[in-house]
Formats: sequence, structure tokens, C-alpha cells
Amino acid sequence: MKYMSTSATDRSGKAQDAVIEVKDLRKSFNGIQAVDGISFRVDKGESFGILGPNGAGKTTLLTVINGLGKLVHGKAWVLGSQLNKTNSGSLRKHIGYVAQVERIDPKLPISVRETVMVGCYGRLGLFRRPTQAQWRTVDEVLEMVGIAHLTQRPIGHLSGGEYQRAAIARALVQQPDIFLLDEPTASIDRKAQREILSLIQLIHKEYHTTTLFVTHDLRTLPSTCQRLILMKDGKIWQQGSPESMLREEVLTQLYGAPISMPTEIAPVWT
Amino acid sequence: MTGAGMDFSVFQYHFMQNAVLAGLFGGITCSVVGVFVVTMHLSFIGVCIAHAAFAGALLGLWLGFNPLIGALLFSLGSAAIIGPVADRGELNPDTSIGIVFSLMLGLAFLFMGLMPGARTEALNLFWGSILTVTQQDIIFLAVITGVIGGLVAIFYKEIQAVICHRDVALAVGIPATIVFYGLLFSTGVTITASLQSIGGLLIYSLILNPAAAAYQLTYSLKRMLLIAVAFGIISCWVGLAASYLLDIPSGAAIVITSAIIFGLATAFSPKRKVKGWQQAPLRG
Repeated sequence: MKYMSTSATDRSGKAQDAVIEVKDLRKSFNGIQAVDGISFRVDKGESFGILGPNGAGKTTLLTVINGLGKLVHGKAWVLGSQLNKTNSGSLRKHIGYVAQVERIDPKLPISVRETVMVGCYGRLGLFRRPTQAQWRTVDEVLEMVGIAHLTQRPIGHLSGGEYQRAAIARALVQQPDIFLLDEPTASIDRKAQREILSLIQLIHKEYHTTTLFVTHDLRTLPSTCQRLILMKDGKIWQQGSPESMLREEVLTQLYGAPISMPTEIAPVWT
Repeated sequence: MTGAGMDFSVFQYHFMQNAVLAGLFGGITCSVVGVFVVTMHLSFIGVCIAHAAFAGALLGLWLGFNPLIGALLFSLGSAAIIGPVADRGELNPDTSIGIVFSLMLGLAFLFMGLMPGARTEALNLFWGSILTVTQQDIIFLAVITGVIGGLVAIFYKEIQAVICHRDVALAVGIPATIVFYGLLFSTGVTITASLQSIGGLLIYSLILNPAAAAYQLTYSLKRMLLIAVAFGIISCWVGLAASYLLDIPSGAAIVITSAIIFGLATAFSPKRKVKGWQQAPLRG
């Protein structure tokens, strides 16, 4: 069963490996520069991490890439197309986005299975109803992420960890070319964090999808990350391999406070 | 009290048949848009649109054009102002909606004050009069009910995604903003169509109460729509009967009936066990 595209579609028809490329990206809110002159590229199948303290501009960067945030200055190419006002909606159909766990009204009239099916709706388009095959895919993905026993439960009745599994399942049924994960392990306990990370790592290893993972907590960085950007004050502060970036002296400067490598991740990265 | 008891001969009269039909279509359409408003937690926006429609209708009466056209323009205009202001986040949505709401109420009283002569028609728009609705009002209500019902059937999956997870709907490529404004405009059109029978001050209760009652009883959106519609129709018909039997204003009777249904639904809600969720910490 194929849940994700294993190769990025080049919508311009040209052969190219860069799935995401941004040049001199700038964005400000109420006069405060959230992202200031960011340039980088992410290649097909790459697992890419963005690490930085709160307010560094990480989430703003992701929202520009998936077209939810307006591009004020600079250029961005996603899946071979230059982002503009008219194509961001259609490009989003090919980008799976998992945000931080959010508070949901427990009375919300939608089940876990229906919530996951929403992932199909963008690609399905208007006037078309989900097919039996798509419902079967939803059930298989729910099985894969380990919440098949919760399919009929109201979405507002899930714990933080379960909710994030449902969010990942929804992104998977979208069959995305790009997987954007915006602090998916924030606000959930350590056990659930480890389980979600294992799931993300499994998905990347299985489908080699292009993955961008944003976090402020280096303990929650997936071990599959091949490249790392360190962000501070809206700028790329440093970038390179995780082995060269995840050093106590580098991180101490990044966060402006003494940082020691957590024992559980030190063996992975150093 | 007329003492009519179980005498159904009153239904032979044309005005009562019209009232029953107005209750049917008004009950259906108000409850359906109510489900959107309640699920999206946009109750205050709905109140604001209702008062805008009322102000627009009074402007029509004052200047001598069709009050329904004034109501439609004002309700759609207020939805078009409130939506972007609330979305952009420059002002707290409660603040911006509150300002538009108070402006609409102020305009309504201004138009009423400027109106020359007897204000019977204007007062009818305040309280509504389901017993005096015309054939034209019924046809308008029926058409709006059909259009809104049809749109819900065609765009059910998009509507479900937007009212339950608007951000997610946008992120997966659903035209969530268009759907959201479509729902706000549907609320404006529904209020306009029901203004004559239920009244500008009471219409919003018929939108909110049946849907809020259904919200207490089910976790399925389809069932919530069906239950809300049933409650909306029951509210209108029971209110109508009470109005006739007890000789009380029909709009008020309909709204009080819907409020009693909401009270009962809340008392017997299986969802009552879930409360205090906003304060509860997230569990892993």
C-alpha cells in the first residue's frame, strides 16, 4: 500500500532535485521581522530539520512554504513551481502538514475516521464524494499509526499523543510529496513524544518522503534528519550536518543559555 | 386562552396554513445554518448579522423600498465586514463584532426614529408575525430552504471540514475561506428570509437554540443536522400552537419553546460528562 509519493512531481516538467527552494525570504508582522533573508533548498527525499528558540521564525517559514503565509519579499519554489497567490491552494494538496497539538472542543461532531478522511478532500476536489477504496485507505493508515481502535471516537476525546497520530494519519492519506511537521511533539508527554518520533522516523525510512521537521526542543529531533538549520531572530544562524550542529558550544550560543546534550540523544548525534 | 382544545378546524384557514408552512421552512433553514454557527463557535457573529438584517429592513421601510432587500444588503454587508476583520486578527474578534453589533442596533433605532407616522410594520419586524405571512414570504422561504439544503448536500464534505477544522481544511487544499464566507452569507440570507415571520430580535434564538440543543446530543454531524431540523420545526409548530391557544405573540412563543428544548437537551445530554476541558492539561 502506497500512502506517500516516493518521488516529487516536477510540475514545471523540468528534471530537478530541489523539492523546496527559497531565496531571500523576508516577512514581518506589525513591524517585527519574523523571517529575514532566509535562503535554502531541500532535495527530494531529504529529511531536513529546523531548530531554534521560540520566536526564531521557524513556523513562519513553514507557513510560507505551504502557501498559508503571504510571501512579502523573496522567492520560493515548491515542487518545481514558483509560489504565487494563484497556485498555493493547489500546491497545498501535495503537502502534508502536521501542526502542534491543539485544543479541540470535546463536543465537536466529527469522529477520528472522518477527521483523517479530511486529508483526502483537497485532492478529491469539489462535487466528488470519498470512495470505498479511500475509506479502506483511511482504515489502513489508522492501523499503521496505531489508533485503529479509536476510529469511531469523537476527535475531541483523544489525548495529545493520540491526536497527533490522527494528524499524521490525515497527512498520510493526503499522499503528500512533502511532509511538514511543525513541532508535532510539543505539549505532549515524553512517552508520547518518543512514540510520535518513532512513527515519523518509520514513515521517512519506509517512503523516503521529503520531510521538514521544526522544533525548539533538540530532544525531539528525529534521528533521520540529514541536514539541520539553526534559526535565531528570523535568520539562519548556522547550517550543516546534525553531527556538526548538535554540539554543546554551538547550542549554548544559539539558545543564549548553557545547554548540555540530553543523554538520550547524545549517542545518536555525536 | 381560546379554549380551542383539540379543535383543528383552525387549520382550514389560509393564514394558519401559511403559518404552518412558514414554521416548517423557517425551522429547517434556521436550524441548518445554526449548526454551522454553533459548531464554529460563532454565536456572536450570528447575533450581529441578525441585527444588521433588522436595521436594513427598517431602512427599507423608512425610505420606501422592499424591507427584504434592505435586510439582505445589510446582513451580507455585515458578514463581509466582520469576517475579514475577525480573520486578520488586527482587532480582537469580540471587539470588532461588538462594535458592528452596536452600530447596527444604533442604526435600527435611528431609522425607526426617523420613520414618519405609525410604526406598526416596523414593530412587526421587531417581533415577527408568523400568522400574517404572505404567500410571497412563504415562496421566498421555501426557495431559500431548498437552495441552502441543496448547497449543504453538494458541499457536505467541505462544510464538515471547515466547521470542524478550518485550519486543517485550508492546509489540505480545500477552499476553506470561500466555504467560510459562504456559510456566513447563508446565515445572512436565512435571517432575511425569516425576518417577517419570526422577527429581527427573535430570529437569532431560532438559529441558535435548536442547533445548540442538537449539539448536546450527538457526535455525528449528519445526526446533528437532522436533530436540529426536527427541533427547529417542533419549536415553530409548538410555538405556533401555543400562540394560538394562549393568545400570546407567536415569535416569542416559538423562541421560548426552542429555549425549553435546549434546556431539556442539556439536562439529558450524554456529553455532560465532558466538561472543564479548557482547564484540563493535555494528556500524552
